[in-house]
Amino acid sequence: MIGFEVETLIAILLGVARGATPLVFAAIGELITEKSGVLNLGVEGMMLVGAVSGFITVVVTGSPVLGFFAAMLAGALLSSLFAVLVLFLHTNQVASGLSLTIFGIGLSAFFGLGYIGTPIKGLQAIHIPGLSEIAIIGPLVFGHDIMVYLAFVLVAATAWFLGKSRWGMILRAVGESHHAAHAIGYPVVAIRFAAILFGGAMCGLAGAYISLIYTPMWAENMTAGRGWIALALVVFATWKPGRALIGAYLFGGVTILQLNVQSLGVDVSAHLMNMLPYIATILVLVLISRDETKIRLNAPACLGKPFRADG
Amino acid sequence: MSKKLLAGVLGAAALMMGAASAQADEPAKIGFVYVSPIGDAGYTYQHDLGRKAIEEKFGDKIKVSFVESVAEGPDAERVVMNYAKSGYKAVFATSFGYMNPTLKVAKRFPKVAFEHATGYKRAANVNTYQARFYESRYLTGLVAGSMTKSNIIGYVAAFPIPEVVRGINAFTRGIRAVNDKAQVRVIWTNSWFDPGKEREAADTLIGQKADVLTMHADSPATIQAAEDAGIYAIGYNSDFAKFGPNSHLTSSVTNWAPYYVKRVGEILDGSWKGNQDTWEGLSADMVQVAPFHKDVPQDVRDRVEQAKADIIAGKLHPFAGPINDNEGKERVAGGQTMSDGDMLGFNWYVEGVVGKLPN
Repeated sequence: MIGFEVETLIAILLGVARGATPLVFAAIGELITEKSGVLNLGVEGMMLVGAVSGFITVVVTGSPVLGFFAAMLAGALLSSLFAVLVLFLHTNQVASGLSLTIFGIGLSAFFGLGYIGTPIKGLQAIHIPGLSEIAIIGPLVFGHDIMVYLAFVLVAATAWFLGKSRWGMILRAVGESHHAAHAIGYPVVAIRFAAILFGGAMCGLAGAYISLIYTPMWAENMTAGRGWIALALVVFATWKPGRALIGAYLFGGVTILQLNVQSLGVDVSAHLMNMLPYIATILVLVLISRDETKIRLNAPACLGKPFRADG
Repeated sequence: MSKKLLAGVLGAAALMMGAASAQADEPAKIGFVYVSPIGDAGYTYQHDLGRKAIEEKFGDKIKVSFVESVAEGPDAERVVMNYAKSGYKAVFATSFGYMNPTLKVAKRFPKVAFEHATGYKRAANVNTYQARFYESRYLTGLVAGSMTKSNIIGYVAAFPIPEVVRGINAFTRGIRAVNDKAQVRVIWTNSWFDPGKEREAADTLIGQKADVLTMHADSPATIQAAEDAGIYAIGYNSDFAKFGPNSHLTSSVTNWAPYYVKRVGEILDGSWKGNQDTWEGLSADMVQVAPFHKDVPQDVRDRVEQAKADIIAGKLHPFAGPINDNEGKERVAGGQTMSDGDMLGFNWYVEGVVGKLPN
């Protein structure tokens, strides 16, 4: 009896990590972009082009590593279109981001048309002989796929970059007051361009996780709104990488939990259960971010404002 | 002057004759509306096989078009309207949610034939057609009940509408006919086609020790989940063997081709009539059971063949009484069989399904 429960619990926790990881990558990417002062609403579109590029690459070459790199490249390329629009042509960031999403959805569907229904072998979890077999701790700590671990590394690296490195400080300066940064002599446009590209690459990676590991297949619009969730996570986490991680795991956790509750036949409406992850995540993040001063301190002051060197 | 006039008259006559013969030879235009991509390898794929069948049978006499991934709602109305306006003779609307848009357009175009799949509202120029999936579901249930060791069978389902509930119940009846200890657990994804959610649901059921999975959704994500976990799966709509070479036991397959060929034939020779409902199953070959996995033992295969013959002969019905619901109440008395009407309005779980139906 005990054995049964523990195994189910481990399966649940592994599922939580899988559900949270794409959200972590996308949220961190968008976080860096927003910290530089640019609001890129095209997360969903970039995730999808990443997903389709990664998938096609794996079908053609068989290498998941190449697939992930292709996804990063695709996401970055798509975001560079956005960068040109908002940084050089000064178009409205919200409208451009939304069109990026729609464009990305269509573009990925177009390229993926011939690959719907093609099965591939998904990237499997790592297996360290000896360590992965320790009872309970083994699979929980050493039994995930490589991207789950990379997500944690990314969060730590981002937190260090923003908080403790010189270029992180410059990035934040650009996001807080682009005119002051420009006056000091920092290349505002170049920094924002780099931040947008990084965001695109991370969103592409998140999309590839879904098409290569999570559900190894291609289907139109397969991210099913996860891009929007990642976008919301950045805001509710008050632009702090650690909180974005918590938010992603919370969302993934409640999602898996409600699926389990549904199938165990507990008498709660399935529709209510489906709403639970969204409600729970918003609630918890709003609670930990309720210090208004902290919010104002953390939101990049120039978020969404176009930068003109002369004006 | 008169030479020119003569030439003009002859030219006009030739043109008119040419036009008249062109009219007579002009192929009939047939349109299809699909709710998901053909590559879903499931529901729409089967409809598309039907489309290919009519193209093969009727060749030049028809010109067929199809539109994929048309969302149920206003977009559907636009697509159906486009077909009707462009002179199409017949439109096949292949999803339940196309019901009202199709009827709306049908009112404005009484000369166009409309065929609506899995719906229940008809009109003078609108037919509905359905397949008795529950018969093949029952047969696959016999396989599931025989192959499970943990006695927990998982079901990933889309929407809690009667058609889906009917499938769950028929499947469970098949399981319980060979194994009265097994139970079926259901997770609802609230989408016909969302591979991510289907995968999450399948993984959850696997975590709860289900060792046979099945689904009522349009993608093979559930089969893939079973393959990765090393357990068995039973497909729906199509034969999913290529997605789960080790896990795929069998599938409940829908075969729309004979119906489509029949209807297009009627349209071409002018004998098509509206306001008809078709609900056929094993006896008309509208539903089939996919080839078995090598692990399925001979006695199970024989059992399925026997049950199939009995259903076709009318000796066996998946919903013949006595049937209790999963709260112990008797819903169908011994000696009675559920009527078509009751089956179409199915809103309770039979014994063996865990949980309560969301409404």
